[in-house]
Amino acid sequence: MANYFQPEIETASREEILRIQNEKIVKQVKHVYENVAYYRNLMDEKGVKPEDIKSVDDIKKLPFLTKSDLRDAYPYGLLGTDLKNCVRIQSTSGTTGKRVVAFYTQADIDLWEECCARAIVAVGGTNEDVCQVCYGYGLFTGGPGLNGGSHKVGCLTLPMSSGNTDRQIQFMMDLGATILCCTPSYAAYIGESLAEKGYKPEDNKLKAGIFGAEPWTEEMRRSIEKSLGIKAYDIYGLTETSGPGVSSEPGEQTPAHANEDHVYPEIIDPDTGEVLPEGEKGELVFTSLDKEAFPLLRYRTRDICVLTRKKCSCGRTHVKMSKPMGRSDDMLIIRGVNVFPSQIETVLLNEGYSPNYQIVVDRVKNNDTLDIYVELTPEQFSDKVAEIQAKEKALEGAMRTMLGIGPKVHLAAPKTIVRSEGKAVRVIDNRKLHD
Amino acid sequence: MAIKQLSVFVENKQGKLVDTVRTISEAGINIRAMSIADTKDFGILRLIVSDTDKACGLLSDMSIVTKTDVIAVKMDDKAGALCNILTVLSDAGINVEYMYAFTASAEFGAYVVVRVDDVAGAEKVLADKGLATLSVEDIAKI
Repeated sequence: MANYFQPEIETASREEILRIQNEKIVKQVKHVYENVAYYRNLMDEKGVKPEDIKSVDDIKKLPFLTKSDLRDAYPYGLLGTDLKNCVRIQSTSGTTGKRVVAFYTQADIDLWEECCARAIVAVGGTNEDVCQVCYGYGLFTGGPGLNGGSHKVGCLTLPMSSGNTDRQIQFMMDLGATILCCTPSYAAYIGESLAEKGYKPEDNKLKAGIFGAEPWTEEMRRSIEKSLGIKAYDIYGLTETSGPGVSSEPGEQTPAHANEDHVYPEIIDPDTGEVLPEGEKGELVFTSLDKEAFPLLRYRTRDICVLTRKKCSCGRTHVKMSKPMGRSDDMLIIRGVNVFPSQIETVLLNEGYSPNYQIVVDRVKNNDTLDIYVELTPEQFSDKVAEIQAKEKALEGAMRTMLGIGPKVHLAAPKTIVRSEGKAVRVIDNRKLHD
Repeated sequence: MAIKQLSVFVENKQGKLVDTVRTISEAGINIRAMSIADTKDFGILRLIVSDTDKACGLLSDMSIVTKTDVIAVKMDDKAGALCNILTVLSDAGINVEYMYAFTASAEFGAYVVVRVDDVAGAEKVLADKGLATLSVEDIAKI
């Protein structure tokens, strides 16, 4: 039995998967209707009762949840159980600065970590592996998710968190890490740093990398594989559906399997909300089938992708999901962190700046850069350089607090940032993120 | 006495400085003295011009301009002249925030422009020590 963490479910027949999904969705909708007043109201408004949902075919009758619902319901509005049953929160940024807080019971964490364990085993992970997790630990789901998955597999886990590349490399080499988990851009950066230190790709013991939290191309995959001497695999997830491990690529590097026994994916037309047939490109929507604390139904991810249930050579039967091909909103993913232009606007207004700004995102040496051009106002001008620079620093600090990543702020003269007729060009993304 | 200096925000991009200078040049305004404080992203162009109000109006249309009180102190053409001025200010507990120098016609001589944290105090102590400063009227003439 090779490379399955939970072979019975990972290779279950389509009929069996459907049976499990149908059984779970009936229970889950009842659970949500009874415990989540916010969603009960949405269902009542739409005239849908829990009894109307008899199988996953009926999911399309349910109302959608969006990021703005999560903001409106912050912090407890979508909680599906008593807080005393919850053991953890994780968090991600929201559209205008109010963060999304997801709650977990111990059972939720176990299921999430099992999904991450499936991802690790799928790329060849066993209890003989040394798994170096350099996703951020803390509120970000990347570190805790893969850390938990690595424990479940029984790998020796190196809970490195992100940053401090010299230390990453020291532990990688001294402790013989075999599996690397981080963002693809950080993996590329580690690869470059190893080369700079004079290491060849064969000098490390790595065999596989599980990379996610940001879009990346096939070209980037090949370059990471070459620089580290590994096979690189994509993992996908979002805080709203627990975190990484919603889907991940098998050892064959064919498209990721979504863990359909826990999440039910749909592809919709982002404009009309209509469910699209299998194989069509549209917005990905997830319904959590068995989460207790944060049971989101029909959550619109805004990620554009394609689903297919075609047979896979790896033997897994769960639905396959393409890498996200873009977004149906204006969210940017910068160094693995979700950034909304509206958050930047909120900071500018709070700090007394003009809301006329431009964001330039680029990738320099595999590292995302964020430059924010802001118009200085006459009130803030000083004829002393130090005072203006202090204002720049203060604004950078406020941005860092809001966004979770540090931008470079550039002050510009008033009326110099291009104002276009109609839609303002607020964001210039010079990165190549999708194939 | 204090005179008005224009402080102009200029982005550190090709063509920005020349555009700024051209604006006042085309209006026939003469630059008496200038300095520029530069950073990676922007500079602050400090100007003392023959017609401050007119230049301020023109430059306001293209960037941020403020009028700043500075003092132009006459320096004798001999060793120790600048040191003497700074000693007077320092002894009076007055801080110099920035300064630059210029020479006018032979008749008017050389000057150091100082931006201080206490303009009134500096004016007084310089006058007490008999150090000559330029007036607004002088600027139009030199």
